[in-house]
Amino acid sequence: MGFSKLLESWPVVRQLREGDALGLGRAVRSEKSRTLKPRIADADHVGHSICPFCAVGCAQLVYVKDGEVIQVEGDPASPISRGRLCPKGAATKNMHDGPLREYKVKYRRPYGTSWEELSLDDAMEMIVDRIVATRDETWEEETPDGNPAKRTMAIANLGGATLDNEENYLMKKLLTAIGVVQVENQARI
Amino acid sequence: MPSLGTSFGRGGATTFQQDLMNADCVTIMGSNMAENHPVGFQWVMEARERGAEVQHIDPRFTRTSAMATRHVGIRAGSDIAFLGGVVNYILEHDRWFDEYVKRYTNAPVIVSEDFSDTEDNDGLFSGWDPEQAQYDVTTWQYAGTKVHAAAGQREKGFSPSRVKGEQSHGGHGGGLSHGNPPETDDTLQHPRCVFQILKRHYARYTPEFVADACGCTVEEFLAVAESLCKNSGPERTGAFVYAVGWTQHTVGVQLIRTAAIIQLLLGNIGRPGGGIMALRGHASIQGSTDIPTLYNILPGYLTMPHVEHYGGLDAYIDMTTAPGGWWGNADAYMVSLLKAWWGAAATPENDFCFSYLPRIDDDNSNYWTVQQMLKGKVKGYIVAGENPAVGSANGKANRLALAKLDWLVVRDFVEIETAAFWHDSPEVESGELKPEEIATEVFFMPAATHLEKDGSFTNTQRLLQWHFKAVEPKDDCRSELWFYYHLGKKIKERVAESQDPRDLPILDLTWRYPTSGEIEEPSADSVLAEINGWDSTGEALAGYKLLKADGSTSCGCWIYCGAFAEDKNQAARKVPHWDQSYAALEWGWAWPANRRLLYNRASANPDGEPWSERKRYVWWNADEEKWTGRDTPDFDAEKKPDYVPPDDAKGPEAIRGDHPFVMQADGLGWIYAPQGIVDGPLPTHYEPHESPFLNPLYRQQSNPRRQKNPDLAEDPYNPPGSDVYPYVLTTYRLTEHHTAGGMSRFTPYLAELQPQMFVEVHPDLARERGLKHGEWATISTARSAIEARVMVTDRMRPVKIDGTVRQQVGLPYHWGQRGLTTGGAANDLTHMALDPNVHIQEVKALTCDIRPGRRPRGARLPDFVAEQREIAHADNGAAPPQPAETKDTTVSKR
Amino acid sequence: MSALAEPTGAPAAWPNTYGDEAKPRMGFFTDTTVCIGCKACEVACKEWNLIPEDGLEWSGLSYDNTGELSANSWRHVAFVEQAKPLKLDGELATADGGPEPLRWLMESDVCKHCTHAGCLDACPTGSLFRTEFGTVVVQEDICNGCGYCVPACPFGVIDKRDLPRSPDDAPLALPLLGKKEDGRVWKCTLCYDRLKGGHEPACAKACPTDSIQFGELDELRGRAQKRLEKLEAEGWNGPRLYGEDPDDGVGGFGAFFLLLDEPEVYGLPPDPVVPTAQLPRLWRTTALAAAAVTVGIAAAFLGGRE
Repeated sequence: MGFSKLLESWPVVRQLREGDALGLGRAVRSEKSRTLKPRIADADHVGHSICPFCAVGCAQLVYVKDGEVIQVEGDPASPISRGRLCPKGAATKNMHDGPLREYKVKYRRPYGTSWEELSLDDAMEMIVDRIVATRDETWEEETPDGNPAKRTMAIANLGGATLDNEENYLMKKLLTAIGVVQVENQARI
Repeated sequence: MPSLGTSFGRGGATTFQQDLMNADCVTIMGSNMAENHPVGFQWVMEARERGAEVQHIDPRFTRTSAMATRHVGIRAGSDIAFLGGVVNYILEHDRWFDEYVKRYTNAPVIVSEDFSDTEDNDGLFSGWDPEQAQYDVTTWQYAGTKVHAAAGQREKGFSPSRVKGEQSHGGHGGGLSHGNPPETDDTLQHPRCVFQILKRHYARYTPEFVADACGCTVEEFLAVAESLCKNSGPERTGAFVYAVGWTQHTVGVQLIRTAAIIQLLLGNIGRPGGGIMALRGHASIQGSTDIPTLYNILPGYLTMPHVEHYGGLDAYIDMTTAPGGWWGNADAYMVSLLKAWWGAAATPENDFCFSYLPRIDDDNSNYWTVQQMLKGKVKGYIVAGENPAVGSANGKANRLALAKLDWLVVRDFVEIETAAFWHDSPEVESGELKPEEIATEVFFMPAATHLEKDGSFTNTQRLLQWHFKAVEPKDDCRSELWFYYHLGKKIKERVAESQDPRDLPILDLTWRYPTSGEIEEPSADSVLAEINGWDSTGEALAGYKLLKADGSTSCGCWIYCGAFAEDKNQAARKVPHWDQSYAALEWGWAWPANRRLLYNRASANPDGEPWSERKRYVWWNADEEKWTGRDTPDFDAEKKPDYVPPDDAKGPEAIRGDHPFVMQADGLGWIYAPQGIVDGPLPTHYEPHESPFLNPLYRQQSNPRRQKNPDLAEDPYNPPGSDVYPYVLTTYRLTEHHTAGGMSRFTPYLAELQPQMFVEVHPDLARERGLKHGEWATISTARSAIEARVMVTDRMRPVKIDGTVRQQVGLPYHWGQRGLTTGGAANDLTHMALDPNVHIQEVKALTCDIRPGRRPRGARLPDFVAEQREIAHADNGAAPPQPAETKDTTVSKR
Repeated sequence: MSALAEPTGAPAAWPNTYGDEAKPRMGFFTDTTVCIGCKACEVACKEWNLIPEDGLEWSGLSYDNTGELSANSWRHVAFVEQAKPLKLDGELATADGGPEPLRWLMESDVCKHCTHAGCLDACPTGSLFRTEFGTVVVQEDICNGCGYCVPACPFGVIDKRDLPRSPDDAPLALPLLGKKEDGRVWKCTLCYDRLKGGHEPACAKACPTDSIQFGELDELRGRAQKRLEKLEAEGWNGPRLYGEDPDDGVGGFGAFFLLLDEPEVYGLPPDPVVPTAQLPRLWRTTALAAAAVTVGIAAAFLGGRE
């Protein structure tokens, strides 16, 4: 460090030079403070999203860095929300990466007393096994009156109001095709 | 929302949130908008700042009341009495919007002489069948029309007399032709015209009656009624805002219908600052009804075939098609859907695979399924993004039902109570369930958040808004799109070699969606493109008017046709609001046809001129001979105001140029609903299924058509008027939490804001029961008992009913066993008696007891609940007396 | 009033010490008449500033479970239930002949960013400083946790963060707190980093009803005056501005309020005075000695380097 720089780094000198004799303003500003910028300035990209809680439909901006969400806040461009969010919408990132979020499949066998590990692939195969078997075992081609039924009443599906239209569409399409009619969601609650 | 569907033609909010700022009066009832839709509430605040009155009518003084210019406290479950009083006030004081009512509503229509009213039958409409406990609606029809029956067949599932619930869009109006009901009286004087029937029906709903039944004062009621009236007419408009505070009753659909009647009488539908704003509680609950994950409808509100339908596609279409209005093209919508699902396999020769569709019974809804589960008839259950163990009524019955399954798949972000019922639930604590005795196999599948997937939500104003994937889901987390796509792919592989006809719907199912990435995520864009549909050349369709019934078009949901017009994702449009008008037609895409304010033809007078300069919105441009304005006109753009359909006109052509409700067979707003609703053509005050009070109007205590489960031991009821359960109980949400808590109780920043279950009571009730602020109380019903911290507050107002002061108990319903903050689940107290139209539970008004202290622990809890039940004679099944209809009819009229 | 202030009534060390870097003094105007008590401000603040969860204690104080401003709560919404009408005339005054009048006041409290800030005066390390926006900010890279600032705040805003709270506590889920865990003092920065990037503070951005308004302080004061006049004309019960007066005991707040009752009702001091008001007199007596010492240190410092 050169002498003049060293001298300038000395707070008292800065205080005097900058007219900040009491050391309350710029003279005491640290290098970190001087160069501070909002972390969203470093985002790799900004995603456009919609709040997942209620149905007001507030628009969100999602700032991403190194594949991780670093901030979620309101999108001012929205004609509905004008950049604002409620506490739930504001807590979106906290929900997304919360301490209790589950990332792995968990399996509980019949009469089991604890969760077990299971791979996603195995879980999918096991679920398909059960759907196909249950459907076969309980298929109703006709009603007792002889009317067409074409269904199984032993499989039911619940949920949808928190999901995307495209997800609901595939869900309804698939389940209808395999003869499941008990497809329901939160519209009833 | 069948009430809105039946009244106006479409089951969605008639307006959009931003337009609330144009209201001269905003009436919020059955909603706590400031708490549950805070960001939407900014538009109410804008209206208030512009001088609008904001009225909140609610049992509780909430954060919405705190912002209102007027709060009126009423007893939970008395809303129809209140609103019926408003109807009476309008009619008694000549305050209706005369030209609007005469020209745009069915007020002048003459009803069958066989119709008789609840006022004539002590609480029952004509056509009541006590054995079936349901109505034959034949006598409710317009004079000179018959209930439409297909080709002489008695097809239960399709008779318009049974078209109901979400299917009842545009009330198919059997027998109507060329846009006019057969008999009308434009002077509104005919004794059997809708207007006069309405007048008689509500004549007893005087201000004094309202005050006595609802527990407010006459002055409070009059202030509300007057504010509604003076803020309506050509120069002014008022809006209604509601949410599940209205729907979650055994009279939920009728409740909303009452508001529809008021808004039609006052001329507030289809006009800026008017309308009925239905506020939905989940991000895409409107979407999950439009593209339904509901048992009784197909995409676009097409009805699911019923087991008693034994005709083919022609019979289905015959029964589904309305003589007038846009439901006249139901054939095109249905055939295009079948083409979207079964593609090349769907041909005219095989009825476009219509026979592939499974058939439904009258009720295969959620609560019916829970009962089937309890009986062991349901083996497998997939739960995706819902937490019935906490969020559904009668949580205990729901959890016991889960324990009867063979297998259960739960997809969620966290281990919610529904996934954990077998090791962490009140029943495990009490010993009623033992993990080592539960056979249910449970798969917990971690779900991707909205930040980890592409897709669209349909918000509360029918607006599709796209969210883009921001980051990849981690580890095993997957979207539902991934789950159902790969599930379908694997099921198709399993049956690939099958010769069994039952597998044809799977084998022929179109299931090709491009995937990307390591996890093979299907393209949500490609799914939306299929929903939108295309023509025979593969060109994306621009709108539902282009759909054909000959198999040349494909469309996965006709009301969403246009969402991918020009092969572009219209839902992903994000033109900033500052670059467009306040209707913001280039932000997202709204069904139908990107209209934001529905029925907006009604914003102009019959001649097509704006009713007033102040309320100008859509009008007829005589020079260019087309409708124009600030929104997409909700009318044939070139249909002249004086258009009169020829006698042989069908479908949209059968709608007159001055009839704005284009989905209705007659183009009119339905004050009186001759069909589409199963429990009456007009709303009537009934007491909640559980009530401390006798019905002040009729011996018929509660909605006779409500669904209840008198034989289900798991769903016992508090007898009406029981001393054991003397208080009115209502349940609700808080700003700081979300529904059953899966997205908030597990989230630190939200959990800390409301960290514990509490019960709100008035100081008088606290004194009466010895409850101390901050200490514990036990709240019990015939179903269960929970504990909560006591919040003594003047906000929980007592009501004076028929001269007696009555107390109400308030419980937020967010808590459960798990998460960062845990507590008693309010829904453990609620029951499964339902609205008959939509099978929705009554959790906004029931009865309970409250005592100081913590609830009994372990096995003593069910014992305590059973003892209380015994004292109250509240056991279901074998234990008499029944708390049901027999009791209803024996209570004496006051 | 503290003589540390410039004679103009502007904060010490602003804008003069910043020269060309100086920005208009920025602040908040919190209009409680439109606050819906949603607490979006609390959460948005925590999300942006990576503040840990502050305990899961239920208070029973209406809907306020945050309790007070602290190191881990930089926004705090107060809830006050009152048997008073919202308006003095018109229908609400008598609640239409209905039950007793009732109103539910909500107010989002925050650091006042005082013109004469006791915390700033008390800070011996230069950690607290007046920024180019005229706001008062703790520099966490400098703070040594001495805590002198804590009693110097007449509002009890600035607070030490103790982590972990007890030896048995599990590590909090949301640390990102830097390397010193922790002992430092924390408070609202008026989102200093966001301001530097041209963004408004997180709380003001989120606020659904614009109860929290962010802007240039001079402009906000004008806006608040107009708002007050409107409310008075409409007959509201008790509207008043709190902290907008440059002649008050702290020289006016950088973040001031429109209230509907006495400040005490919201848990705010009625007449806050900067505790360092007497400091200048003390300073004068020490200044001479300090000057002498300075010369000595300079000599030693410079000499030592040669």
